[in-house]
Amino acid sequence: MATAEGKHIYYVPHGSKWPAVGTIGLFTTMIGAANWLNEVSWGKPAFYVGVAILLFMMWGWFGDVIRESIKGLYNHQVDTSFRMGMMWFIFSEIMFFGAFFGALFYARMYSVPWLGGEGDGALTNFYLHQGYAAAWPTNGPDSIGGSFQTIPAWGVPLLNTLILLTSGVTITIAHHALRAGHRLQLLVFLGLTVALGALFLFFQAEEYIEAYKHLNLTLGSGVYGSTFFMLTGFHGLHVTLGTIMLLVIWFRCLKGHFTKDNHFGFEAVAWYWHFVDVVWLGLFMFVYVL
Amino acid sequence: MATHAAAGHHADHHDDHDHKPQGFWNRWVFTTNHKDIGTLYLVFAFIMFCIGGAMSGVIRAELMKPGLQLVEPYFFNQMTTVHALVMIFGGVMPAFVGLGNWMIPLQIGAPDMALPRMNNWSFWIMPFAFTVLLLTLFLPGGAPAGGWTLYPPLSLQGGSSVAFAIFAIHMMGISSIMGAINIIATILNMRAPGMDLLKMPLFVWTWLITAFLLIAVMPVLAGAVTMLLTDKFFHTSFFNAAGGGDPVMFQHIFWFFGHPEVYIMILPAFGVVSEIIPTFSRKPLFGYQAMVYATASIAFLSFIVWAHHMFTVGMPLGGELFFMYATMMIAVPTGVKVFNWVSTMWKGSMSFETPMLWAVGFVILFTIGGFSGLMLAIVPADFQYHDTYFVVAHFHYVLVTGALFSIIAAVYYWWPKWTGKMYSEKWGKFHFWWTIVFVNLLFFPQHFLGLAGMPRRIPDYNVAFADWNFVSSIGAFGMLCTPVFMFLILWHSKKHGPAATQQVWEGAHGLEWTVPSPAPHHTFTEPPVIRAQDLAHGDPTH
Repeated sequence: MATAEGKHIYYVPHGSKWPAVGTIGLFTTMIGAANWLNEVSWGKPAFYVGVAILLFMMWGWFGDVIRESIKGLYNHQVDTSFRMGMMWFIFSEIMFFGAFFGALFYARMYSVPWLGGEGDGALTNFYLHQGYAAAWPTNGPDSIGGSFQTIPAWGVPLLNTLILLTSGVTITIAHHALRAGHRLQLLVFLGLTVALGALFLFFQAEEYIEAYKHLNLTLGSGVYGSTFFMLTGFHGLHVTLGTIMLLVIWFRCLKGHFTKDNHFGFEAVAWYWHFVDVVWLGLFMFVYVL
Repeated sequence: MATHAAAGHHADHHDDHDHKPQGFWNRWVFTTNHKDIGTLYLVFAFIMFCIGGAMSGVIRAELMKPGLQLVEPYFFNQMTTVHALVMIFGGVMPAFVGLGNWMIPLQIGAPDMALPRMNNWSFWIMPFAFTVLLLTLFLPGGAPAGGWTLYPPLSLQGGSSVAFAIFAIHMMGISSIMGAINIIATILNMRAPGMDLLKMPLFVWTWLITAFLLIAVMPVLAGAVTMLLTDKFFHTSFFNAAGGGDPVMFQHIFWFFGHPEVYIMILPAFGVVSEIIPTFSRKPLFGYQAMVYATASIAFLSFIVWAHHMFTVGMPLGGELFFMYATMMIAVPTGVKVFNWVSTMWKGSMSFETPMLWAVGFVILFTIGGFSGLMLAIVPADFQYHDTYFVVAHFHYVLVTGALFSIIAAVYYWWPKWTGKMYSEKWGKFHFWWTIVFVNLLFFPQHFLGLAGMPRRIPDYNVAFADWNFVSSIGAFGMLCTPVFMFLILWHSKKHGPAATQQVWEGAHGLEWTVPSPAPHHTFTEPPVIRAQDLAHGDPTH
């Protein structure tokens, strides 16, 4: 079935141990994390063991898929399944960010004005939060976390915006180079994309250090700190994952895994990178600028 | 035709056709086979229904008489909370995913699910997710007790269970999202040539739309519970008014997930019933395309009605009115569906084998649940009904006599195809009539209790409510017998049942009835050539 004449048949893989490994990894991670949070001593090591098992699973599972792909077991229809899988996965990620953007909009448009006495909130404000005037940014009527300053939009965040937008261009150039068969150009521009991703993360880390050390802006700074760090934090996590994925793809390009017509792995990572990029634009607008 | 394809590639495809993988681990743990994974899902769901059922037994035993007799109030609250989580995420949803796994590839002529290894992972996460959740029953402080909706601040006041419950929900979410991605990719990419979208069986259509809902809202639930986690452990203030947040915000985010979730649990049920009623009415489904569009309309509306769960929580008047009218609009496409089921039966050559009994029972009793839903949609009326047993009665009519009835109907309908064995019609009908009596005894009086003002999630109540609570508990004890009946009926069928034919039911149409009974381990390895009589709807030549 590995031969060309078998290619009209959809490849249904034989049994695989990787999902079972992944289940054990996920279970260990989650049990570990829950115990860690409950201050049980073995929680933290269990969490890391679980993450290690998950990484091992990814290594093995993706390895199997890559080997099958190189053997030519996948026909066009299998490729389409992978594409759909990735597209819908990214859609689910968008909805995940949607929950946190929703929280931000709700806080800014409803809960903070209501606490400040708008609409039906007038009596609540009078009896419970007298003297609290709605404003943004805010850490609420009780000034949870103490007074803080925010990160100005037009410094590092603007720089990071430019970095991510540039990385969107470089990965597109790399993609064109891959399709045109220009290997060196592909490796250089994909490598540049990785570097830009890493640079973004560096500046993001600097920004967090600045916020914690000098601005007293922390995760505990009321609803502003909550939305700020959860949105930028989850985004940063996705950039980290994306950068690792780009790096893996760079090595795969180096090994010559991809051809002009068959490079779904590359495209999936590129889609993911663009998704991370677009989320950042939303963040830049609604978290930093407005 | 599938057999031919299998034989042609026998040499290098060593678990082909009836050559199932050998040994427990290869067959069930490392499997990539949609039928085996479907079976795993269904067995898992059955176990979860039994566990959740046992918890409801504790609840109804405590409520049989006024006063506290059997359990501590705090344990009672754990039971109501975990009963709901188990039934929703462990029972109804996996049961439908199991049915989808088994039937979607068979109904569209696909060799398997689009991403078979991921399919395995989606399933095997589930037992472990529920291990995490059910473990909390044995923790100091017990299981979550703030209601399955996890409203803060109450839900955050639990003991060590909070983190476990949240991570368990994360695992269920990961499983559901992967399962849904798989189902969408299968339906959009794996249909046999000639199986156009508007020729697909309605079960496939409803699952396509359900899968979309799952991918759209499960991540939102993940976000909501993540915010709970950070509020409890990492000092965030999402749901803390002192920090500028709002506990009501959780309810908005939760129900943005929660209302589509309701349709996630009922749309596949609509699909099942739309398969069964035409078969036993020996008529094509009335208004096939209208059914498809009605399903899509319900799915769309499900995203803009969430706040009808929160009418009494405090919302601007404009919001109350918008969500009231949007909710009422759902009655229109749902009405189309009920009308079409009845019209399918109209002047049909009907017979009432067991699956049909459950399907007709579904149409009647689900409609009662729909009507009480309409009552709840009316804002001023809801101020009276909110958080009473009327709500409990409402959602048990749509979930038990709706979703669960359709699951049971589907199992009886497709069981001969899965196992190659018929079950005892006599005992299948007994199972149905027993259930019909006791389920109504269980839930119908709860309407009266709710209208009279009995609050939900309370272990004790005013003596004025004693009579109907007693009746309701008798109904519950009757219902607790039904999984035993079903297990025995199916066990007996598997061991001693007469052989089923390929078509099984005289009026059955669709690709799944063109493969032998039991369905071979691998089917449609090569895409089938679809003939007009194999399609439930439309013909292959347009």
